[in-house]
Amino acid sequence: MKKTLVALFGAVVLSSTAVQAKDWDVVRLAVDVPYEPFEYRAPDGSLTGFEIDLGNAVCEEMQVKCEWIVQAWDGIIPGLLARKYDAIFSSMSINEERAKKVLFSEAYYNTPTGFFGPQAINVDPFNPETLKGLRVGAQRGTIQDVYATENYSSVAEIKRYTAGDDLVNDLRGGRLDVVVLDYPVGVSTIIEADGGDAYKVLGDNVQLGEGVGVAARKRDTDLIEMFNKALATVKENGVYDEINAKYFDYSIKK
Amino acid sequence: MYETIEQLLANNDIFTLSTVLEYWDGLVMTVQLVFLSLIIGLVLAIPLAILRTSENWLVNRSVWLFTYIFRGTPLLIQLYIIYYGVAYIDGIQQSMFWPIVREAYVPTLFAFVLNTAAYTTEIFRGAIVATGRGEIEAAMAYGMSRGKCMRRIILPSAFRRALPAYSNEVIFMLHASSIASVVTIIDITGAARDVYARYYAPFEAFTFAALIYLCLTFILVFGFKQWEKRWHRHLRPLSS
Repeated sequence: MKKTLVALFGAVVLSSTAVQAKDWDVVRLAVDVPYEPFEYRAPDGSLTGFEIDLGNAVCEEMQVKCEWIVQAWDGIIPGLLARKYDAIFSSMSINEERAKKVLFSEAYYNTPTGFFGPQAINVDPFNPETLKGLRVGAQRGTIQDVYATENYSSVAEIKRYTAGDDLVNDLRGGRLDVVVLDYPVGVSTIIEADGGDAYKVLGDNVQLGEGVGVAARKRDTDLIEMFNKALATVKENGVYDEINAKYFDYSIKK
Repeated sequence: MYETIEQLLANNDIFTLSTVLEYWDGLVMTVQLVFLSLIIGLVLAIPLAILRTSENWLVNRSVWLFTYIFRGTPLLIQLYIIYYGVAYIDGIQQSMFWPIVREAYVPTLFAFVLNTAAYTTEIFRGAIVATGRGEIEAAMAYGMSRGKCMRRIILPSAFRRALPAYSNEVIFMLHASSIASVVTIIDITGAARDVYARYYAPFEAFTFAALIYLCLTFILVFGFKQWEKRWHRHLRPLSS
């Protein structure tokens, strides 16, 4: 009798540890809107964009239900740690500082960083001396901000913005001379937007960071594992390329 | 002293010497911005408050409209409209004013001045209206003109009455100035946002900023208390 009880108790303990790994039925994904063409609102108000489509495809692959939660960029990591959502799917570049706070998946895309400015301006982004006395804008806390601060803060004035659209607004309003921005975002919000003829890409692009990954809380290794597996599958089976082709005429696959 | 602080900071991940200097620059910016907007706002508010009590319907109502608009909309919206709006005025980018309004500083100061002027105008108007009827009648009986009566009788007592409400406005202005950081000005809040973005440490960054604001508020409260003690001496209860 005693033995069966012990065995039973053991079985209960064992089975309870087995279900300890959280079953993910619903995964809440945070996204900072707008960040065209990765995530933005369609005229009817619904979320759309490359990452929204990719995220939905990945969730389908993982067989979980995904909910998108809109969250401003500068609070996106604290929000994750405060469990307002389970993962960040919002063009977050993988870097060492962030990896101290969150767990990243494998990169799912990497876009170059571009430099944008009015037609009249003539600078070489790789020669900081040519930016002397100019105003350089970047979104606060991004790798572009870090790059601009490291390279230009000694010669130029760095202006940091909380939102990407404020940054573009100030370029259009003539308050900025150079904008350091994710290249595809710059092309779609500056060059291809209304009145885009007045602006151009300055010099060559640079590759910054290790690409963009899904970020989750450090303890949710199983979730990241799921993401890695699903991302690998969609990259293989053509779903990724299909979504890529829908938004870009060049590949951003990594 | 300086060396001990430097040593202390060397052992801290977030509050390094450069971070603290950033906060210092932010503090200077906040104090400068708030001080200037309060002074200019005050200078504007006194004549506006007098006009606001005018019996001329048109003068009275037009000042009322100004205060109504600026008290009836959030300061953040006013700042956005002025800061982004000014860049889109036709020809402004070619005009001589552009180098000035191109900087975020002047449009921000402009928004703050108009906002605090609107509130201060209404504070002073209330104080002017509350002047004792008898005091004005006595002044008239002495043959004072309206202007002289305003200068000698109404305004001095109105300022005394307005002081407690005005000290609130000063503190509100200090706190409201934190929104300057949304238009790239690095004030205390702007410095906190930068530090936060660099170290992903919202708690430390904003707590430090809050402490600086608390110190500033304490100085203001203390200053106004001393001022009230002086100006409201006649209102204190008789003590032994």
